[in-house]
Amino acid sequence: MWRRCLLAGTAAWLAAATPAGAVMAYVSNEKSNTVSVIDTDTWAVTKTIKVGQRPRGIEFTRDGKFVMVAVGDDDTIQVIDAATQQVVDTLPSGPDPELFVQDAAGKVLYVANENDNTVTVIDLEKRVRVGDVQVGVEPEGMAISPDGKILINTSETTNMAHFIDTATRQIVGNVLVDSRPRFAEFKRDGSELWVSSEIGGTVSIIDPAKHEVTGKITFSVPGLRREAIQPVGIGMTRDGKTAFIALGPANRIAIVDAASHQVTKYLLVGQRVWHMAFTPDEKYLLVTNGVSNDISIIDVVAQKVIKTIQVGELPWGITIAQP
Amino acid sequence: MIRLLAGAIGLGVLASSALAADPVEIGIGYLHQGSVKPTLSLVGQPADNDGLAGARLAIEDNNTTGKFLNQHFTLEEVRLKDGDDAAKAAVALADRNVGFIIADLPADALLKAADAVRDRGTVLFNAGSIDDRLREEDCRANVIHAAPTRSMLADGLAQYLVWKQWKRWLLVVGSHEEDKLFAEALRRAASRFGAKIVQERAFEDTGGARRTDSGVTLIQRQMPVFTQQAPTYDVLVAADESEVFAAYLPYRTWDPRPVAGSAGLVPKSWDAAQDQWGAVQMQNRFLKLNSRHMTALDMQAWTAARMIGEAASRTNSGNPKSLLDFLKGPDFSVAAFKGQRLTLRDWNLQLRQPILLADGRMVVSVSPQEGFLHQVSELDTLGVDRPETKCKLH
Repeated sequence: MWRRCLLAGTAAWLAAATPAGAVMAYVSNEKSNTVSVIDTDTWAVTKTIKVGQRPRGIEFTRDGKFVMVAVGDDDTIQVIDAATQQVVDTLPSGPDPELFVQDAAGKVLYVANENDNTVTVIDLEKRVRVGDVQVGVEPEGMAISPDGKILINTSETTNMAHFIDTATRQIVGNVLVDSRPRFAEFKRDGSELWVSSEIGGTVSIIDPAKHEVTGKITFSVPGLRREAIQPVGIGMTRDGKTAFIALGPANRIAIVDAASHQVTKYLLVGQRVWHMAFTPDEKYLLVTNGVSNDISIIDVVAQKVIKTIQVGELPWGITIAQP
Repeated sequence: MIRLLAGAIGLGVLASSALAADPVEIGIGYLHQGSVKPTLSLVGQPADNDGLAGARLAIEDNNTTGKFLNQHFTLEEVRLKDGDDAAKAAVALADRNVGFIIADLPADALLKAADAVRDRGTVLFNAGSIDDRLREEDCRANVIHAAPTRSMLADGLAQYLVWKQWKRWLLVVGSHEEDKLFAEALRRAASRFGAKIVQERAFEDTGGARRTDSGVTLIQRQMPVFTQQAPTYDVLVAADESEVFAAYLPYRTWDPRPVAGSAGLVPKSWDAAQDQWGAVQMQNRFLKLNSRHMTALDMQAWTAARMIGEAASRTNSGNPKSLLDFLKGPDFSVAAFKGQRLTLRDWNLQLRQPILLADGRMVVSVSPQEGFLHQVSELDTLGVDRPETKCKLH
């Protein structure tokens, strides 16, 4: 099936409307059941792709040829061919997939299934489900360590980051964090794991070797009540120096010094900001604003919002092919 | 072959976590009364396990988490029959080393039960009673309130009606004690948020069956007449917790006006239509376990049992004293699918919570409404705030 998909992709590549070389961002619109495609040269929406019910987690395959989008209410992950910008296949995820992560080789996909407290393991080449790992209540955030040995899953009602050995698929550690952990991100050097707690209002810094919380990033925006600060998405620059954290209904992106864990600046973006993606050159960071139905473009060096792009209803996730 | 192997590994995860030392056992009692009050709407009739089903789901959730912390939660249901003594039942639970009791009891029975086990260190979670007095003059240091108060419900409704510019209310009050208490909370809410009660009318309960074969014909004659010749008003607000008349009012008022309060737009802690903030996951879990929709009482009981689970995982303990200290402390908060953390008011142990406004089909809005500000938490714009409290915890 995967071969059929690849062949179709190759054939269509010749007739693709996309100018070769343009970097495209794919945005899942949770309410519209669409994916918006944005040309990052012109910052224009060039296509809106109809997908299944309730698209949320969205990622490019490692080879940059396909975009996978979890359509939770259809209990599957759809595969969009980046050349033809059409849905070409589906993956056998478990029920209600939300977020997922691939291994470094792009061969194994790990999916958080919110409805049955499991992480599903999918062989991407054979397109089959090869296993499940039982985790806490409402699994959501997924990350893989830079060395590929440890898979992280966060469970929103259990309030833990589960450390899963990717070789044995056994849980080797559980770290309690603050309420409703939504997202997990490793530093590129593997020295720290960051986990955002939406309801707790913090980001926990975890020592991945010791399985211990070593610090917490807290946020305070003048004039905003504490409950409105709800960290979700995390993005870190490749040099590991700067992190960007989306604060949900606080309508802000916090810029954090990744060494000192101190917030250096808050950027005002659209309403209910959740997930984000860098352009491959890391000049720009695109963030999804769910309630205002748009994407804010942040100039990473200048640390300024330079533009807003209207997309579909309730934009949720975003992905850009990385080199 | 690979799949078989992976399946075996999956099972291995479960087995290995069960091999550890004996888990810490955390027993929770569920104390409630057997009788279910009849409602006007057949659709609104509560299930026999209303509330209990929510607690059971939370026990499952707690145990999924407990697996990783070597904690195990159990729920013991005690259903009181007419004439049974709540205090005796609470003591019997304490005798069996149950440190936590989730209670769905009327105020007086709840107080008796709480006082009977006070010296035993047992903590009660009020999941059912909305009486403000339990958080005010009759507050207790060993009772935590997961249910909202009547004044929180009234304030949540009033904020929305005022935001909507429906500021002129025709208030219709039932003749039972709890109807009068709700009316009192609504009057307080009107004056706090700038609404005006243009007239009050009383609806006497003269007895009679909730359901009859020719009911509609009669009601259709009564309700327009009952609501005619009212001064100009924007919305009819009904205080009828006793289920005597409010549900008959929508579409039958003399003037074409919306109805709110005990019918129409109803303030509540939870609704089966609530689907924001990850709530669909919760609704699905509940439906799967119980084959019915989740009510406000189910949610209040779920929240109570989750508070115990949350405190147990944070303190890594099953000791009631340690858990109570944590729950009362500044680090406690619980997530309950309402868009923000829920915390305890330290002056009376009431759980702060948003109030949903639902019409029976949809969640219309969630209070506190934008613009109602507070120096500590906007959730404290709902209900009796610290400066006004009559509670002295000791």
